Amino acid sequence: MVIAKSNTLALQGTEAVALAMKQINPDMVAAYPITPQTEIVQGFSQFVADGEVDTHLVNVESEHSAMSACIGGASAGGRVMTATSSQGLALMWELLYIASGLRLPMVMPNVNRTLSAPINIHCDHSDSMGARDAGWIHLFSENAQEAYDNTLQAVRISEHPQVRLPVMVLLDGFIISHSLDRMESLEDSTVKEFVDVFKPEFSLLDAKTPTCIGAFDGLYGYFFEFKRQQEEAMRNAFQVVKDVGKEYGELTGRPYGVFEAFGLEDAEFAIIVLGSAAGTVRHEVECMRSRGIPIGMIKLRLFRPFPANELIEAVSHLKAVAVFDRSDTFAGGMGGPVFTDLRSALYESEKKPLMVNYIYGLGGRDLPVELINKAATELEQVAQSGQVKEKINYLGLKE
Amino acid sequence: MSTKLKDLVQKPELLSGGHRMCAGCGGPIAVRQVLMGAPEGKKLVIANPTGCLEVSTTIYPYTSWNTSFIHCGFENAAATLSGAEATYNSLKMQGKIEDDYNFVVFGGDGGTYDIGFQSLSGVLERGHRMVYVCYNNEAYMNTGIQRSSATTLGAWTTTSPHGKESSGKPQHRKDLTAIVAAHNIPYVAQASISHWRDLVRKAQKAFSVDGPAFINVMAPCHRGWRYPMEKTVELAKLAVQTCVWPLYEVENGQWNLTTKVRNKKPVEEYMKLQGRFGHLFRKDGDREVLDKIQEFVDHEWKKLLRMCGEEEE
Repeated sequence: MVIAKSNTLALQGTEAVALAMKQINPDMVAAYPITPQTEIVQGFSQFVADGEVDTHLVNVESEHSAMSACIGGASAGGRVMTATSSQGLALMWELLYIASGLRLPMVMPNVNRTLSAPINIHCDHSDSMGARDAGWIHLFSENAQEAYDNTLQAVRISEHPQVRLPVMVLLDGFIISHSLDRMESLEDSTVKEFVDVFKPEFSLLDAKTPTCIGAFDGLYGYFFEFKRQQEEAMRNAFQVVKDVGKEYGELTGRPYGVFEAFGLEDAEFAIIVLGSAAGTVRHEVECMRSRGIPIGMIKLRLFRPFPANELIEAVSHLKAVAVFDRSDTFAGGMGGPVFTDLRSALYESEKKPLMVNYIYGLGGRDLPVELINKAATELEQVAQSGQVKEKINYLGLKE
Repeated sequence: MSTKLKDLVQKPELLSGGHRMCAGCGGPIAVRQVLMGAPEGKKLVIANPTGCLEVSTTIYPYTSWNTSFIHCGFENAAATLSGAEATYNSLKMQGKIEDDYNFVVFGGDGGTYDIGFQSLSGVLERGHRMVYVCYNNEAYMNTGIQRSSATTLGAWTTTSPHGKESSGKPQHRKDLTAIVAAHNIPYVAQASISHWRDLVRKAQKAFSVDGPAFINVMAPCHRGWRYPMEKTVELAKLAVQTCVWPLYEVENGQWNLTTKVRNKKPVEEYMKLQGRFGHLFRKDGDREVLDKIQEFVDHEWKKLLRMCGEEEE
């Protein structure tokens, strides 16, 4: 295995993503500012100003128009990108469904920030979790390196003929977006070869075959069949995500799967977590394991489609699992989105762990090691006693 | 370019017959007249916001458009097409495509004056090369006749009904053509399906400019205005003759009256033919509203004459 030449850099998450975008060199980027995403489009605008990309930059007047322009650009056969956060993603809501429904490949980094009200600019996952049923593929990142790597892989996943679905690359607001991180970047030429040339399946600009995109489909049409095909594409995405992650690993020495497991084989209980908190959780899990405590962890990378089969296989031997959710579903006691999904996935399993949910970090509330230790200690008691005292827990609330 | 009928009828129809728009609808007339002004040798990408035209011309698996076509949402036809236009420029610059394209939006007044206004304004400011045509029938007709900001004072719609406490829509319409002109784009025009040669000529100019162009076309709807379907063009003509809908253009900031109106007719001649104003003509009708409409039309007409450097009557 020959690892491609790389450069060691110190970059913020936003700079890492902007660099990935530059190396992808999309045909069109629609840019609109929102904290904490702004520095992505700012950085990319400078690349355009310096003539380092072929991209036509469209400085739209809202995120609604950013996603509209991306839909128009992808329909015109272009490789297109935008980036957003929070209220911006929420403003795009109806268009997220149109982008996936029209089966338009595109990549959108979303810097996770909570949704108002109260207005708050800090990290939680309620923005992208609100879009979990919009037919987009969701890839979570732990740090700037993963945000960079995911952005490059997302192009290949999105444009794969068996998938053709839009992909959001998720990185935690401020914690990843504004922290300086050591990372490896690839050479421009390596990225160019990896992402290859976009081959659209159809285009408004195909002079030989004028194309009608977004036709009206009523009661006697094929709406239901389109939606079933969309679900099929999501199912196809599992293998494509794995294949692209393996190929990327061969290229860079950093292989990617649908999730990353740590210490699970000999664990009796484990924590499942998304995004930047995985780093802190891993630290605490390592400490506890060094004291002989049988704890493991899973860092979930692919949230949509939800890798239920692999997760069932990974956790069914455990006595107890704690799911850490950085958003709530407000369903009156059902817990966070990852918790409800995993619990539902395990319903048919004969062997399954007891499950508890920890909702943490809303609006950027810090998750220190002590809180993880508190949750892990409670989880150990669940595993030992076989009893769940409190199913849904809020970690780090001021009391 | 010719605006002679014998030449125009030779051009291929880009909107084929057999679509599901109502008999007597002004919308497709506007579309066909504008497309007669499209340059030869160039391909078109047409966008529609959600509306009658969109749902009636692209019923899957059929399309009436002999061009590429895109529908995305209701409020974003301009933004959607701006992304296509920017991508076209990028692909063209990179040598990935060869053909030349023009980009055209046909949107109703709801999708243009109201919900699509921000998206339109953004496109005008950014200077995309695009012809935006509003086929204006002064209300949301696709959802069943609801008032928009293009609806005339006093008009009945299902959301501005007349009743004990109401004489129809309480506000004057918004002057969108002037608002678009205030964006200082190369070409803005107001036109009517009744004056086809004027409209074709305006479309030719709109297609030829290097930047955004906007045409606001009066295109009456007999279902919403409540008149016999064969009177669509007559109503559009009366709108011009009463100065309810003056025809003009703003070319690089220069205002120009394109149809002079001698012996301006009273607005009542236009209004009394329409059921949407019927309540104003009843015995107990609100004469004050009729007077206000005449006053408004007179005031706007005088203002326009001044803008166009014409002598006031």
